[in-house]
Parts: sequence; C-alpha cells; structure tokens
Amino acid sequence: MAGFLEGLSPIWQGLLQAFNLLISLDAQILRITALSLIITMSAVIIGSLISIPLGSVIAYGKFRGRNTLIWLIQTLYAFPTVVIGLIVFLFIRKTGPFGPLNLLFTPQGMIIGQTVLVLPIITGLTISALVAVDLTIRDTITSLGATRLQFLISALKEARFAIFAAIALAFGRAISEVGAAIIIGGNIASPGNFWTSTRTLTTAITLETGKGDIALSIALGIILLLIALVINVIISIVQNR
Amino acid sequence: MLQRMQYTRFLFVISAVMIVVAGITFSGCTTPTPPTPTPPQQDLLIATTTSLYDTGLLDHLGGIFGPEYNANLRVTAKGTGQALELGQNGDVDVVMVHDRVREDTFLQNGYGVDRRVFAFNYFIIVGPPSDPANTRNMTATQAFDTIYKKAQTNPKVVFVSRGDASGTHAREQFLWKNAGYNYSAIQVSGPWYVESGTGMGATLLIAEEKNAYTLSDVGTFLAYKGNLSLVPLVDQGDELLNVYSAMIVNPAKFPDTKVQLSKDWINWLISSKGQDLIANYGVSTYGQPLFHPALGKWELLGVSQAETQDPIP
Repeated sequence: MAGFLEGLSPIWQGLLQAFNLLISLDAQILRITALSLIITMSAVIIGSLISIPLGSVIAYGKFRGRNTLIWLIQTLYAFPTVVIGLIVFLFIRKTGPFGPLNLLFTPQGMIIGQTVLVLPIITGLTISALVAVDLTIRDTITSLGATRLQFLISALKEARFAIFAAIALAFGRAISEVGAAIIIGGNIASPGNFWTSTRTLTTAITLETGKGDIALSIALGIILLLIALVINVIISIVQNR
Repeated sequence: MLQRMQYTRFLFVISAVMIVVAGITFSGCTTPTPPTPTPPQQDLLIATTTSLYDTGLLDHLGGIFGPEYNANLRVTAKGTGQALELGQNGDVDVVMVHDRVREDTFLQNGYGVDRRVFAFNYFIIVGPPSDPANTRNMTATQAFDTIYKKAQTNPKVVFVSRGDASGTHAREQFLWKNAGYNYSAIQVSGPWYVESGTGMGATLLIAEEKNAYTLSDVGTFLAYKGNLSLVPLVDQGDELLNVYSAMIVNPAKFPDTKVQLSKDWINWLISSKGQDLIANYGVSTYGQPLFHPALGKWELLGVSQAETQDPIP
C-alpha cells in the first residue's frame, strides 16, 4: 500500500504535464476550448434573444396562470442536463421528428441542448430583474407619459446589470454541463474538420480520463476553472455597480 | 389602446429580429468556414466498441486512412449494444463491434450489410496478483464457477462487470451460462458482484481500485497495464476468442449512409495494408500486438473465408 506522499506524486506529475500542455498551447487543447466557447456562446446568444423578450412579456404581462408559469420556469432552473440530453437526442436522431436535419453528434445539436438548458435560467432571472425595478422609477417613467414601448426599454435599461448577470450565470452552467453534451455530441474528435468535432472541455475530461489521458484532463479542468473564475469576476463587477 | 397596439408591434418586431439572428447564428455554424480542398473532404461517422477506441487503434488507423481517401473519421466510442442501437436508427454510417450473436440479428433484421471481420484477440480474466479465488491455470468457465463459489464465503473475492450490454458484457454472460449459472441470479446474488456500467478502460480502473476480478479484452488490458497492478489469470481457450467486425448501416433503410466511403474504409481495413497496420499496432509501445489481423484466420475464427478477405463490391 503506497503512502499518502507517494500517492501525491502521480497527481503532481499530471499537474506538471498539464501546465506544459497549457504553456505550449497544445493544439488539441486549443481546439477543445475554442469549440466549447463557440457552442456555449451560440447557445447563450440564441437563448438570450428568446428569453429576454419572453421574460419581458411575462414580467409585465397580465394573464391567467402567470404565477404558475413563473413558478414552472423557476423549477426548470434545475432541469437535469442528462434529461435535456435524452430528450434532444430522441428528437434529433435519424428516426426522430427532426431526423432529416442530421443534427445528432454535431455541434449544432449540442447548441440546441445548451439553449434548452439556458432558456429557463435567463427567462426566469429576467423576470425577477424586471419585477425588481423600483416601483417609484416605474411610476416616474409612466407619469412622464411614456408609451409601453418606451416604458419597457427604460425598465430593461434599469435592469441591465441583473440581466447581464443572468446571462453570465447561464453561460457558466452551460459550459460546465456534461450530461447533455455527451449524449448529443458523443465526444467525437474529428481531426480533419473542426466544425464537425463534438469534443468539449467537459466531455473530454469525462471520457479521456477513462482512456488514461490524465494530463489532458487536468489541463482542461484548469481551463474550465479559469472560465468559471472569469465569469464570477464579471458577475461581481457588474453587481457592484 | 394605441399603447397596447404599439406594445404588441414591439413584441412582434423583437421576435422577428430574434428569429432572424438565431437563423444567422445557426447557418453560420453549419457552413464550415475553413477553406476546404477540392473535392470536399467527407466525414465518416463510426460507432465503435470502446476497446478499439480506448487502445488508440482507431485514432491510429484513421490518421492514415483519412489523408489517403480525403476522409475524416468521426468516431464515437460506445459499447457494442449501444453502437448497434445507433446503427439500427441510422445515426451512424458504420458500426465496429464484437458480438457475433447480436451482429447476426442486426444483419438478419436488415439494419446492416456487408459484414467484414478485420481483427481478433482474446478475452482475459484479470484479477489482483494475490488471486484470492485461486483461478490461475483454470479454464474460463472453471474460473467463473470458482469465483462465484469463493465469493460466497470470502469477502475479498469481488467481480466487476461491464454491465453495459457491450460485447465484453455479452461474453461474460455467456461464460456464466457455460459455468451453469443463471445470469439474472448472478446479478442480484450479493455485494461481490459489481456492475460498472462504463467502458473497458474505466472498468479496469474500477477493478484495480476494488482489487477485483474482471473480464477484459487483452488489447485494452495491455494498453492500461502501466496503470494497473491487476494481472492476467486466465487467457487460454476458444471460449475467450474475441472477433471484431465492421458493418455498414443498411442504405436501403437509411439512404443518408455514406455507402462508398464506408466500403472504402472496411475494404481498406481488410486489405493487406490495413491488416499489417493492425498487426503492428502497439508492438513498439506494449511489446506485443494488441490485435491480430483476421486475414487467413477464418477457420480459427469460425467465420466464412469471404468475410475476412473479399472486398465489398
């Protein structure tokens, strides 16, 4: 039985190799990181374009079932990513309803999965942000004779930091999820064509660890942590304004 | 009233913009931006058993085949069961698996065509060097029988199963049956029997942590040996023969299948060049081959001669 200190040595070696990979800007690591960022950014952009208008309607709309809808959206914050993966998989596979689009095992398919993941988060937090805009400010805007459109634009301006934080939060959740990414993407390396590769930071860590490529996994883990750190810094800067 | 209308119009404009931008983002992703050489490179999507991928064999072969045929091999590593399921739904072009029984069903049901046998090796029973069940020099069925019996009284005897409907898992079930056991009874017979539910490489690492026995293909075991203290205990006998085949997903059922490139790939695998590459893969790193070429071994493998040597027309 190896002692604790001896047991640390393979971890230490893995860490050293990982830093070497990072410093030398290993091509494989760059590809994986770039692909992760592209997929998640696309999902967050599409998600925001849908969620912010949707959130505005729900926040200021008056309709039956509004509270139930908000409750439902907030429940979906915790939508298990493997379930999203399974559902999207069944819909986009060749025999599924969207089979002819050939989206399974493609980055586009993964973007769909992550968009589904960020939709409730951005929508729900946009609603909270808009509802939280100070009532007196809302009254002032209205009393100045603003149209509903002007009102909404002012309210969105007031809530912009909170909405931005919501988008950053959604980004963090999407880039770090692995369940949907493996089911929909399949962790495919695709050496000849970057745009058909589906190996992202999380899927590579999950499956390459099983393949014994520890240094690569540690290096990718460090990048993932750095991304999370940057997101948190952005959120706290924004929220302190 | 006017305000209400403006508001509705505003929402309409926003949704229109949203859909357009989403459309642009999406189509931007679909069009490959890097300059592609003429004729355009083709992707071939393969679902494979984990052993062919975890050992690095497919990356190696793909790296040579790709430039030769202007092809890009996209490989997703699954167990045999999952790979065949993907094939049955037309989600991939080629499946590369190792379970004759389920392959036959797959072909009979018309999901796949043009099976070719391109490699073989052996399954091995591996376990801790102390071998608490004393399985050394037994046959595989004897060893399984002994492991079961010893595990009932000795808590040090543990067995890790793939438990993932893979080819290796199918062979394990076959060996339990040969040893006279009902597999569903084995599964629930106690804490000595553990299902990993994952690929071969990860399962070996789990067996290592648990000081347990497991059934592995010899290729993955050799590729992982450096990280393992587990030793091979039983590696002889026909019941451990492990035969790898490739099949094309039936284009009659799924017209999107890239038939020509699939044929090129499988024909290349069984060509003397592909067979040589398979024979030599891993020799310099592991001191012995991980896989043996199937060419000329059809009698040993119990398959038709055509399946090992006739190119797909």
